[in-house]
Amino acid sequence: MFFKFKNKKITSVLAVIPNNVIKFEDEVEQYNFPVKRTLKMKDVMGYKEHRLFDEGIILSDIAVYGLEYLFEKKLLDKNDIDALLFVSNSNDYILPPTSNVIQGRLGLKTDMICLDIEQACAGFVVGLIQSFMMLDSGSINKIVLINGDTLKNKVSRRDRNSWPLIGEACGITVIENGDDSDIFASIYMDGVSYQALTIPAGGLRMPSTSETAKMQLLEDGNERALDNLTMDGSGVFNFVQTVVPVEIDKLFKYANVEDKDIFAYCFHQPNKFMLEKLADKMNISYKKIPSNIVELFGNSNSATIPLVVSFNYGDILQNETHKICFAGFGAGLTCASIIMNVGKLDICSVIEYGKNI
Amino acid sequence: MREKILEILQDLRPELDFTESTDFIEDGYLDSFDMVALVSAIDKEYGISILGEDIVPENFSNIESIIKIINKYL
Repeated sequence: MFFKFKNKKITSVLAVIPNNVIKFEDEVEQYNFPVKRTLKMKDVMGYKEHRLFDEGIILSDIAVYGLEYLFEKKLLDKNDIDALLFVSNSNDYILPPTSNVIQGRLGLKTDMICLDIEQACAGFVVGLIQSFMMLDSGSINKIVLINGDTLKNKVSRRDRNSWPLIGEACGITVIENGDDSDIFASIYMDGVSYQALTIPAGGLRMPSTSETAKMQLLEDGNERALDNLTMDGSGVFNFVQTVVPVEIDKLFKYANVEDKDIFAYCFHQPNKFMLEKLADKMNISYKKIPSNIVELFGNSNSATIPLVVSFNYGDILQNETHKICFAGFGAGLTCASIIMNVGKLDICSVIEYGKNI
Repeated sequence: MREKILEILQDLRPELDFTESTDFIEDGYLDSFDMVALVSAIDKEYGISILGEDIVPENFSNIESIIKIINKYL
Protein backbone atom coordinates (compact mmCIF):
# COMPACT_ATOMS: atom_id res chain seq x y z
CA MET A 1 0.00 0.00 0.00
CA PHE A 2 1.43 3.36 -1.00
CA PHE A 3 0.95 6.80 0.54
CA LYS A 4 1.87 10.30 -0.54
CA PHE A 5 1.98 13.14 1.96
CA LYS A 6 2.67 16.85 1.66
CA ASN A 7 3.52 19.65 4.08
CA LYS A 8 4.93 17.45 6.82
CA LYS A 9 8.37 17.47 8.38
CA ILE A 10 10.49 15.95 11.09
CA THR A 11 11.81 18.71 13.35
CA SER A 12 13.69 16.80 16.06
CA VAL A 13 15.23 13.38 16.61
CA LEU A 14 16.55 12.44 20.04
CA ALA A 15 17.84 9.00 20.97
CA VAL A 16 18.20 8.08 24.63
CA ILE A 17 20.57 5.20 25.33
CA PRO A 18 21.65 3.25 28.42
CA ASN A 19 25.10 3.80 29.90
CA ASN A 20 25.55 0.08 30.69
CA VAL A 21 27.82 -1.33 27.98
CA ILE A 22 28.13 -5.13 27.72
CA LYS A 23 30.87 -6.60 25.54
CA PHE A 24 30.15 -9.71 23.48
CA GLU A 25 33.31 -11.44 24.74
CA ASP A 26 32.14 -11.10 28.33
CA GLU A 27 29.05 -13.20 27.64
CA VAL A 28 30.27 -15.95 25.30
CA GLU A 29 30.52 -18.52 28.06
CA GLN A 30 26.84 -18.31 28.98
CA TYR A 31 25.78 -20.08 25.78
CA ASN A 32 25.71 -23.85 25.16
CA PHE A 33 28.27 -23.61 22.37
CA PRO A 34 32.06 -23.83 22.29
CA VAL A 35 33.47 -20.34 22.89
CA LYS A 36 35.53 -20.40 19.70
CA ARG A 37 32.46 -21.27 17.62
CA THR A 38 30.46 -18.46 19.20
CA LEU A 39 33.28 -15.95 18.71
CA LYS A 40 33.24 -16.66 14.97
CA MET A 41 29.88 -14.88 14.86
CA LYS A 42 31.28 -11.62 16.23
CA ASP A 43 32.36 -9.91 13.01
CA VAL A 44 29.81 -11.61 10.78
CA MET A 45 26.76 -10.66 12.83
CA GLY A 46 28.14 -7.44 14.29
CA TYR A 47 28.20 -8.64 17.89
CA LYS A 48 30.52 -6.11 19.50
CA GLU A 49 28.62 -4.48 22.31
CA HIS A 50 25.07 -4.01 23.40
CA ARG A 51 23.53 -1.63 25.88
CA LEU A 52 20.84 -2.32 28.44
CA PHE A 53 19.16 -0.13 31.04
CA ASP A 54 19.27 -0.96 34.74
CA GLU A 55 16.69 -3.42 36.03
CA GLY A 56 13.36 -1.70 36.60
CA ILE A 57 13.88 1.06 34.05
CA ILE A 58 11.30 0.68 31.29
CA LEU A 59 10.60 2.54 28.08
CA SER A 60 8.12 5.05 29.53
CA ASP A 61 10.75 6.14 32.11
CA ILE A 62 13.21 6.81 29.33
CA ALA A 63 10.63 8.62 27.21
CA VAL A 64 9.75 10.88 30.15
CA TYR A 65 13.46 11.59 30.70
CA GLY A 66 14.02 12.40 27.02
CA LEU A 67 10.99 14.67 26.79
CA GLU A 68 11.96 16.50 29.98
CA TYR A 69 15.37 17.05 28.41
CA LEU A 70 13.72 18.61 25.34
CA PHE A 71 11.51 20.80 27.56
CA GLU A 72 14.47 21.95 29.65
CA LYS A 73 16.56 22.77 26.59
CA LYS A 74 13.57 24.71 25.23
CA LEU A 75 13.54 22.55 22.11
CA LEU A 76 9.93 21.59 22.72
CA ASP A 77 7.06 23.32 24.53
CA LYS A 78 4.85 20.79 26.31
CA ASN A 79 1.75 22.87 25.53
CA ASP A 80 2.38 22.49 21.80
CA ILE A 81 2.07 18.70 21.81
CA ASP A 82 -1.22 17.72 20.17
CA ALA A 83 -0.52 13.99 19.97
CA LEU A 84 1.65 11.48 21.77
CA LEU A 85 2.24 8.32 19.82
CA PHE A 86 3.83 5.39 21.66
CA VAL A 87 4.92 2.71 19.17
CA SER A 88 6.52 -0.17 21.02
CA ASN A 89 5.96 -3.56 22.66
CA SER A 90 7.20 -2.39 26.04
CA ASN A 91 3.96 -1.28 27.62
CA ASP A 92 3.68 -0.34 31.29
CA TYR A 93 0.38 -2.22 31.61
CA ILE A 94 -2.11 -4.17 29.51
CA LEU A 95 -4.28 -1.13 30.14
CA PRO A 96 -4.30 1.88 30.18
CA PRO A 97 -2.26 2.95 27.15
CA THR A 98 1.32 3.83 28.04
CA SER A 99 0.99 7.07 26.08
CA ASN A 100 -1.65 8.17 28.63
CA VAL A 101 0.67 7.28 31.49
CA ILE A 102 3.45 9.38 29.94
CA GLN A 103 1.03 12.24 29.31
CA GLY A 104 0.06 12.22 32.99
CA ARG A 105 3.63 12.01 34.27
CA LEU A 106 4.69 14.97 32.13
CA GLY A 107 1.59 17.06 32.88
CA LEU A 108 0.70 17.51 29.24
CA LYS A 109 -2.54 19.21 28.25
CA THR A 110 -5.73 17.12 28.11
CA ASP A 111 -6.79 18.57 24.75
CA MET A 112 -4.66 16.08 22.84
CA ILE A 113 -4.55 12.50 21.56
CA CYS A 114 -2.58 9.71 23.24
CA LEU A 115 -2.24 6.59 21.13
CA ASP A 116 -0.38 3.29 21.53
CA ILE A 117 0.52 1.13 18.55
CA GLU A 118 2.09 -2.30 18.99
CA GLN A 119 4.88 -2.57 16.47
CA ALA A 120 8.43 -3.76 16.76
CA CYS A 121 11.19 -3.29 14.20
CA ALA A 122 9.00 -1.42 11.71
CA GLY A 123 7.61 0.81 14.45
CA PHE A 124 9.49 3.99 13.61
CA VAL A 125 8.29 4.03 10.01
CA VAL A 126 4.78 2.88 10.91
CA GLY A 127 4.74 5.63 13.54
CA LEU A 128 5.83 8.26 11.02
CA ILE A 129 3.12 7.20 8.57
CA GLN A 130 0.50 7.30 11.34
CA SER A 131 1.78 10.75 12.34
CA PHE A 132 1.49 12.08 8.80
CA MET A 133 -2.10 10.78 8.63
CA MET A 134 -2.94 12.49 11.92
CA LEU A 135 -1.41 15.77 10.75
CA ASP A 136 -3.68 15.56 7.70
CA SER A 137 -6.68 15.77 10.05
CA GLY A 138 -6.18 19.52 10.36
CA SER A 139 -6.63 19.54 14.15
CA ILE A 140 -3.15 18.35 15.01
CA ASN A 141 -0.04 20.45 14.47
CA LYS A 142 2.68 18.75 16.47
CA ILE A 143 3.21 15.08 17.28
CA VAL A 144 5.71 13.36 19.53
CA LEU A 145 6.55 9.85 18.36
CA ILE A 146 8.09 7.55 20.96
CA ASN A 147 9.82 4.37 19.82
CA GLY A 148 11.96 1.63 21.27
CA ASP A 149 11.85 -1.35 23.55
CA THR A 150 13.13 -2.49 26.93
CA LEU A 151 12.61 -6.20 26.54
CA LYS A 152 15.76 -7.71 28.09
CA ASN A 153 13.71 -9.78 30.52
CA LYS A 154 11.79 -11.30 27.61
CA VAL A 155 14.96 -12.62 25.97
CA SER A 156 16.77 -15.69 27.26
CA ARG A 157 20.35 -14.98 28.31
CA ARG A 158 21.19 -18.50 27.14
CA ASP A 159 19.87 -17.94 23.63
CA ARG A 160 22.86 -17.24 21.39
CA ASN A 161 20.54 -16.37 18.50
CA SER A 162 18.92 -13.44 20.27
CA TRP A 163 20.67 -12.32 23.47
CA PRO A 164 23.91 -10.94 21.95
CA LEU A 165 22.02 -8.55 19.73
CA ILE A 166 19.28 -7.38 22.08
CA GLY A 167 19.55 -3.68 22.77
CA GLU A 168 17.49 -1.11 24.62
CA ALA A 169 16.97 2.51 23.60
CA CYS A 170 14.29 5.13 23.13
CA GLY A 171 13.75 7.30 20.08
CA ILE A 172 11.83 10.56 20.40
CA THR A 173 10.85 12.19 17.14
CA VAL A 174 8.90 15.42 16.72
CA ILE A 175 6.78 15.69 13.58
CA GLU A 176 4.79 18.69 12.48
CA ASN A 177 3.27 20.54 9.56
CA GLY A 178 5.51 22.38 7.11
CA ASP A 179 7.93 21.73 4.21
CA ASP A 180 6.21 21.44 0.85
CA SER A 181 8.29 18.56 -0.51
CA ASP A 182 6.53 15.27 -1.18
CA ILE A 183 6.81 12.32 1.17
CA PHE A 184 6.34 8.82 -0.23
CA ALA A 185 5.61 5.80 1.92
CA SER A 186 4.75 2.15 1.65
CA ILE A 187 3.50 -0.53 4.03
CA TYR A 188 3.42 -4.31 3.58
CA MET A 189 1.98 -6.60 6.24
CA ASP A 190 1.94 -10.41 6.28
CA GLY A 191 0.02 -11.68 9.31
CA VAL A 192 0.12 -15.27 8.06
CA SER A 193 3.76 -15.36 9.10
CA TYR A 194 3.23 -13.81 12.54
CA GLN A 195 4.86 -16.76 14.32
CA ALA A 196 8.23 -16.05 12.71
CA LEU A 197 8.98 -13.55 15.47
CA THR A 198 7.03 -13.88 18.68
CA ILE A 199 7.00 -14.03 22.45
CA PRO A 200 4.62 -16.98 22.77
CA ALA A 201 3.51 -16.57 26.40
CA GLY A 202 2.50 -13.55 28.42
CA GLY A 203 -0.50 -12.36 26.45
CA LEU A 204 -4.08 -13.53 26.79
CA ARG A 205 -3.61 -16.40 24.30
CA MET A 206 -1.06 -18.08 26.58
CA PRO A 207 -0.79 -16.38 29.97
CA SER A 208 2.56 -16.61 31.77
CA THR A 209 2.68 -19.38 34.34
CA SER A 210 5.40 -21.28 36.15
CA GLU A 211 5.28 -23.73 33.23
CA THR A 212 5.84 -21.06 30.55
CA ALA A 213 8.76 -19.70 32.59
CA LYS A 214 10.61 -23.05 32.56
CA MET A 215 13.77 -22.99 30.48
CA GLN A 216 14.00 -25.68 27.83
CA LEU A 217 17.06 -26.95 25.99
CA LEU A 218 16.10 -26.78 22.32
CA GLU A 219 17.28 -28.77 19.31
CA ASP A 220 19.38 -25.85 18.10
CA GLY A 221 21.40 -25.88 21.34
CA ASN A 222 19.85 -22.73 22.79
CA GLU A 223 17.84 -22.51 25.98
CA ARG A 224 14.70 -20.49 26.28
CA ALA A 225 11.22 -20.54 27.81
CA LEU A 226 7.83 -19.83 26.28
CA ASP A 227 8.02 -16.47 28.04
CA ASN A 228 11.04 -15.57 25.88
CA LEU A 229 11.42 -14.08 22.44
CA THR A 230 11.62 -16.78 19.79
CA MET A 231 12.64 -16.22 16.22
CA ASP A 232 12.47 -18.36 13.13
CA GLY A 233 15.78 -16.99 11.90
CA SER A 234 15.46 -18.50 8.43
CA GLY A 235 11.90 -17.24 8.00
CA VAL A 236 12.80 -13.68 9.05
CA PHE A 237 15.97 -13.72 6.94
CA ASN A 238 14.03 -14.93 3.92
CA PHE A 239 11.43 -12.16 4.42
CA VAL A 240 14.11 -9.47 4.65
CA GLN A 241 16.00 -10.74 1.61
CA THR A 242 13.05 -11.36 -0.69
CA VAL A 243 10.11 -9.15 0.30
CA VAL A 244 11.89 -6.05 1.64
CA PRO A 245 14.00 -5.25 -1.49
CA VAL A 246 10.98 -5.70 -3.73
CA GLU A 247 8.83 -3.42 -1.58
CA ILE A 248 11.50 -0.71 -1.43
CA ASP A 249 12.07 -0.97 -5.16
CA LYS A 250 8.33 -0.43 -5.71
CA LEU A 251 8.50 2.65 -3.46
CA PHE A 252 11.40 4.06 -5.48
CA LYS A 253 9.36 3.67 -8.67
CA TYR A 254 6.26 5.18 -7.02
CA ALA A 255 8.34 8.16 -5.83
CA ASN A 256 10.24 8.39 -9.12
CA VAL A 257 13.50 8.44 -7.17
CA GLU A 258 16.83 6.77 -7.90
CA ASP A 259 19.70 5.64 -5.70
CA LYS A 260 21.74 8.72 -6.67
CA ASP A 261 19.03 10.94 -5.13
CA ILE A 262 19.33 9.26 -1.74
CA PHE A 263 21.79 10.67 0.78
CA ALA A 264 21.46 7.77 3.21
CA TYR A 265 19.50 4.59 3.79
CA CYS A 266 18.52 4.66 7.43
CA PHE A 267 17.28 1.11 7.88
CA HIS A 268 16.38 -0.94 10.90
CA GLN A 269 19.40 -2.98 12.01
CA PRO A 270 18.57 -6.59 12.95
CA ASN A 271 22.18 -7.73 12.51
CA LYS A 272 25.11 -6.78 10.31
CA PHE A 273 25.00 -9.86 8.08
CA MET A 274 21.31 -9.45 7.22
CA LEU A 275 21.75 -5.74 6.53
CA GLU A 276 24.80 -6.18 4.29
CA LYS A 277 23.07 -8.93 2.31
CA LEU A 278 20.10 -6.62 1.87
CA ALA A 279 22.44 -3.86 0.68
CA ASP A 280 24.08 -6.26 -1.79
CA LYS A 281 20.68 -7.33 -3.12
CA MET A 282 19.66 -3.69 -3.58
CA ASN A 283 23.07 -2.64 -4.98
CA ILE A 284 23.50 -0.05 -2.25
CA SER A 285 26.98 1.06 -1.25
CA TYR A 286 27.76 0.13 2.37
CA LYS A 287 28.80 3.77 2.83
CA LYS A 288 25.17 4.85 2.40
CA ILE A 289 23.63 2.24 4.70
CA PRO A 290 25.17 2.28 8.18
CA SER A 291 25.27 -0.99 10.10
CA ASN A 292 27.06 0.28 13.20
CA ILE A 293 24.09 0.66 15.52
CA VAL A 294 23.53 -3.05 16.10
CA GLU A 295 27.29 -3.43 16.62
CA LEU A 296 27.60 -0.67 19.20
CA PHE A 297 24.19 -0.57 20.88
CA GLY A 298 22.30 -3.74 19.93
CA ASN A 299 18.94 -4.08 18.27
CA SER A 300 16.42 -1.92 20.13
CA ASN A 301 13.60 -2.67 17.67
CA SER A 302 11.89 0.55 16.62
CA ALA A 303 14.58 2.77 18.16
CA THR A 304 17.34 1.60 15.82
CA ILE A 305 16.38 4.04 13.05
CA PRO A 306 16.29 7.16 15.28
CA LEU A 307 19.70 5.98 16.55
CA VAL A 308 21.02 5.49 13.00
CA VAL A 309 19.94 9.04 12.17
CA SER A 310 21.17 10.79 15.31
CA PHE A 311 24.39 8.81 15.83
CA ASN A 312 25.59 8.90 12.22
CA TYR A 313 24.10 12.08 10.78
CA GLY A 314 23.29 14.25 13.83
CA ASP A 315 25.48 17.25 12.98
CA ILE A 316 24.74 17.06 9.25
CA LEU A 317 20.98 16.95 9.65
CA GLN A 318 20.97 19.85 12.09
CA ASN A 319 22.52 22.01 9.37
CA GLU A 320 21.59 20.56 5.99
CA THR A 321 18.61 18.88 4.34
CA HIS A 322 18.93 15.56 2.55
CA LYS A 323 16.71 12.92 1.03
CA ILE A 324 16.59 9.87 3.27
CA CYS A 325 15.16 6.41 2.71
CA PHE A 326 13.84 4.87 5.94
CA ALA A 327 12.90 1.20 6.15
CA GLY A 328 11.80 -0.91 9.07
CA PHE A 329 11.05 -4.63 8.88
CA GLY A 330 10.35 -7.39 11.32
CA ALA A 331 7.61 -8.74 13.58
CA GLY A 332 4.20 -9.04 12.04
CA LEU A 333 5.71 -9.66 9.58
CA THR A 334 5.88 -6.04 8.55
CA CYS A 335 7.87 -3.95 6.11
CA ALA A 336 7.39 -0.18 6.02
CA SER A 337 9.46 2.37 4.13
CA ILE A 338 9.54 6.11 3.49
CA ILE A 339 11.43 8.44 1.17
CA MET A 340 11.47 12.03 2.39
CA ASN A 341 13.61 15.10 2.92
CA VAL A 342 15.03 15.45 6.42
CA GLY A 343 17.10 18.33 7.70
CA LYS A 344 17.62 21.62 9.52
CA LEU A 345 16.50 19.77 12.62
CA ASP A 346 16.18 21.58 15.95
CA ILE A 347 18.09 18.71 17.52
CA CYS A 348 19.44 15.42 16.21
CA SER A 349 21.42 13.89 19.06
CA VAL A 350 22.10 10.90 21.27
CA ILE A 351 22.05 11.29 25.05
CA GLU A 352 22.65 8.80 27.84
CA TYR A 353 19.84 8.15 30.28
CA GLY A 354 20.28 9.97 33.58
CA LYS A 355 23.34 11.96 32.60
CA ASN A 356 22.04 15.14 31.04
CA ILE A 357 19.42 16.67 33.37
CA MET B 1 37.88 -25.49 -4.70
CA ARG B 2 36.84 -28.68 -2.90
CA GLU B 3 39.90 -28.57 -0.62
CA LYS B 4 39.39 -24.88 0.14
CA ILE B 5 35.75 -25.44 1.07
CA LEU B 6 36.70 -28.35 3.30
CA GLU B 7 39.30 -26.15 4.94
CA ILE B 8 36.67 -23.46 5.64
CA LEU B 9 34.26 -26.06 7.01
CA GLN B 10 36.92 -27.64 9.25
CA ASP B 11 37.78 -24.20 10.57
CA LEU B 12 34.12 -23.69 11.47
CA ARG B 13 33.70 -27.03 13.23
CA PRO B 14 37.19 -28.49 13.86
CA GLU B 15 35.75 -31.34 15.91
CA LEU B 16 33.88 -32.78 12.87
CA ASP B 17 35.03 -34.66 9.77
CA PHE B 18 32.98 -33.20 6.93
CA THR B 19 34.03 -35.99 4.53
CA GLU B 20 31.91 -38.37 6.59
CA SER B 21 28.63 -36.55 5.99
CA THR B 22 26.51 -36.34 2.85
CA ASP B 23 24.05 -33.84 4.36
CA PHE B 24 25.67 -31.30 6.69
CA ILE B 25 22.35 -29.82 7.74
CA GLU B 26 20.45 -33.08 8.30
CA ASP B 27 23.40 -34.58 10.18
CA GLY B 28 23.66 -31.56 12.46
CA TYR B 29 27.10 -30.50 11.24
CA LEU B 30 25.89 -26.97 10.41
CA ASP B 31 23.14 -24.95 12.04
CA SER B 32 21.75 -21.71 10.64
CA PHE B 33 24.45 -19.64 12.39
CA ASP B 34 27.22 -21.87 11.04
CA MET B 35 25.69 -21.39 7.61
CA VAL B 36 25.93 -17.61 8.04
CA ALA B 37 29.60 -17.93 9.08
CA LEU B 38 30.22 -20.25 6.12
CA VAL B 39 28.64 -17.82 3.64
CA SER B 40 30.69 -14.97 5.07
CA ALA B 41 33.93 -16.98 4.75
CA ILE B 42 33.08 -18.04 1.19
CA ASP B 43 32.20 -14.47 0.21
CA LYS B 44 35.59 -13.30 1.48
CA GLU B 45 37.57 -16.16 -0.06
CA TYR B 46 36.05 -15.84 -3.54
CA GLY B 47 35.26 -12.11 -3.61
CA ILE B 48 31.57 -12.69 -4.17
CA SER B 49 28.33 -11.98 -2.32
CA ILE B 50 25.96 -14.91 -2.22
CA LEU B 51 22.57 -13.24 -2.12
CA GLY B 52 20.00 -13.88 0.55
CA GLU B 53 17.63 -15.89 -1.62
CA ASP B 54 20.41 -18.43 -2.18
CA ILE B 55 21.28 -18.77 1.50
CA VAL B 56 19.06 -21.79 2.01
CA PRO B 57 19.99 -25.18 3.53
CA GLU B 58 19.87 -27.08 0.21
CA ASN B 59 22.70 -24.93 -1.17
CA PHE B 60 25.00 -25.79 1.75
CA SER B 61 24.07 -29.40 2.49
CA ASN B 62 27.20 -30.98 0.95
CA ILE B 63 30.42 -30.09 -0.87
CA GLU B 64 28.85 -30.45 -4.33
CA SER B 65 25.97 -28.08 -3.57
CA ILE B 66 28.40 -25.55 -2.10
CA ILE B 67 30.63 -25.71 -5.19
CA LYS B 68 27.53 -25.25 -7.37
CA ILE B 69 26.36 -22.15 -5.54
CA ILE B 70 29.87 -20.61 -5.56
CA ASN B 71 30.14 -21.21 -9.31
CA LYS B 72 26.84 -19.39 -9.82
CA TYR B 73 28.55 -16.20 -8.59
CA LEU B 74 32.01 -16.62 -10.16
